[in-house]
Amino acid sequence: MSVGGTQHSPVRRFLQSRGSSSWADRSFRWLMVSCALSIFAIVALIATELVTQSELTLRQFGWKFFVGSAWNPVSGKFGALPFIYGTLVSSLLSLVLAVPLAVGVAVFLTEMCPKALRGILSFLTELLAAIPSVVYGLWAIFVLVPLLQHYVDPVLIRLLGWTGLFVAPDFGLGLFAAGVILAIMILPIISSLTREVMSAVPHTQREAVLALGATRWEMIRMGVLRNARIGIVGSIILGLGRALGETMAVAMVIGSSPTITKSLLAPAYSMAAVIANEFAEAVSDLHRTALIEIGLALFLVTIVVNILARLLVWAVTRGTPARTA
Amino acid sequence: MASQLQSSRINRRWRWFANHMATVLAVGATIAVIAPLVAIFLDLVYKGASSLNWNFFTKTPAPVGEMGGGMLNAIVGSAVLLGVASAMGVPVGIAAGIYLSEFGRGTKLSNLVRFTADVLNGVPSIVMGISVYALIVAPEKTFSAFAGGVALGIMMIPTVARTTEEMLLMVPHPIREAALGLGVPNWRSVLSITLKTALPGVITGCMLAFARVAGETAPLLFTAFGNPFVSTALNQPIEALPLQIYVYALSPYDEWHRLAWAGSLVLIVLIVVSVALVRLVTTRGVLKGAS
Repeated sequence: MSVGGTQHSPVRRFLQSRGSSSWADRSFRWLMVSCALSIFAIVALIATELVTQSELTLRQFGWKFFVGSAWNPVSGKFGALPFIYGTLVSSLLSLVLAVPLAVGVAVFLTEMCPKALRGILSFLTELLAAIPSVVYGLWAIFVLVPLLQHYVDPVLIRLLGWTGLFVAPDFGLGLFAAGVILAIMILPIISSLTREVMSAVPHTQREAVLALGATRWEMIRMGVLRNARIGIVGSIILGLGRALGETMAVAMVIGSSPTITKSLLAPAYSMAAVIANEFAEAVSDLHRTALIEIGLALFLVTIVVNILARLLVWAVTRGTPARTA
Repeated sequence: MASQLQSSRINRRWRWFANHMATVLAVGATIAVIAPLVAIFLDLVYKGASSLNWNFFTKTPAPVGEMGGGMLNAIVGSAVLLGVASAMGVPVGIAAGIYLSEFGRGTKLSNLVRFTADVLNGVPSIVMGISVYALIVAPEKTFSAFAGGVALGIMMIPTVARTTEEMLLMVPHPIREAALGLGVPNWRSVLSITLKTALPGVITGCMLAFARVAGETAPLLFTAFGNPFVSTALNQPIEALPLQIYVYALSPYDEWHRLAWAGSLVLIVLIVVSVALVRLVTTRGVLKGAS
């Protein structure tokens, strides 16, 4: 197996291969390679542990586990559908809220913003990405949820009550609150990747569209967004992956009730949240393995989503130099 | 003819309108994104600073109903956990980064490693928690600081590896060749020339990973578990700052809410400082001075 790079000059190869240092060099290289390979080992270990540990539930329930909607640890009934529903709905809701804003921010920062402001604003969005999940949760419980309950939800009930998505009773905690806090959390991820993809579009594209007499918005729409659209979709999917696996903030505001209701204001549950809340106090082996199987499902879904997103982003940014701030 | 002229005028007006509308919307979106950030920071400072005092750093939690008390157990616990995590994540991460930039550049294997690191970065932290539970806690039949540290350490590896790679790639090639030309063995040239040149960047990358796992709660729920007393034993359950914030935030007591805000402020200050440092190093070009 050739591990070394191929583009080293002959002089360098000669220098590297001569003398007493060659064994030290070889062992150093293998040390570095084995550390790099440990990343594979970790992912493989996680996967095998999850599969072997959830075997009990896999055997007992099979595929029915994912379509059953009863979750009662005491009587030994386990169906993961309410959690899958809660995870999907809150994540999609967060995408609906976050994507337009994130693309707007990316457009503003790459195409419109004065240079002096750009540094500060991108630093601020980076900070948004670095705030711990549990701090978001704390803020959501004490600030965001009361705010939504008193000012936003009544308006939604009045305007959109007829859709059946926003109906009283409103407890504040629920899918909508979870969607809003998730949107705030995934915004910086989507917008920073969208920015990266948009700056990878060659300048000649912009100049060509402007030379045809386009306004700035037409230039952005036809010259930039159209060329970057695959990468933007990739960054949105990456944001989705983050939203699906988000645990603490969601666990704190989603209301923790394993039910499927149409109203977004009703309390619900998510896959990550149920693991966080019930795993340490699992009442039986079956309960524990059921939770591990939910974790396995989460693991597989996020891996697929991440791979898909990375491939899409790579398809656009490939060939351009590494990210420039 | 006249109608054509009129339609072209309407068209021009519409284009003018759309252009300005787009600008307004983009600015509005930016403001809407910055607003929650500002709100979070103001709330943290406003509610957290008032309860940050000497007791917070020197006392363990007071019993329910009593005033006072602090988070000494959580601060010590977080320090122990982060120490274990760094001891594991930093060397492995830096070594993987060295491989990616110095040995594997352009090879299929390195692309695969980079890809897997990105995937590992995207694995939900709660899944990391149950995996480490199954690996370490279940066989040993006890929650432990060691298990928590391992979970956090694994989460550090991808970030450290990728930033190390990025920083090493910034080191100009002639420097390496000059070292090799003087007869320095390759391992020595990598460690004392390339890595040393990029050291400020590598260190800040490690700090970024450190700050990120410092705020992680989900992987600690069933590994470190929490402990109301000050403990430094690796084979015992241990408290951590984010775990304590989580428990206190969900409690019904005002006194505990106060402590949760104060703990969050401490975490955020740690994180803001390291993100700002990373930015300073990567944009101001500390590396450029070295080349």
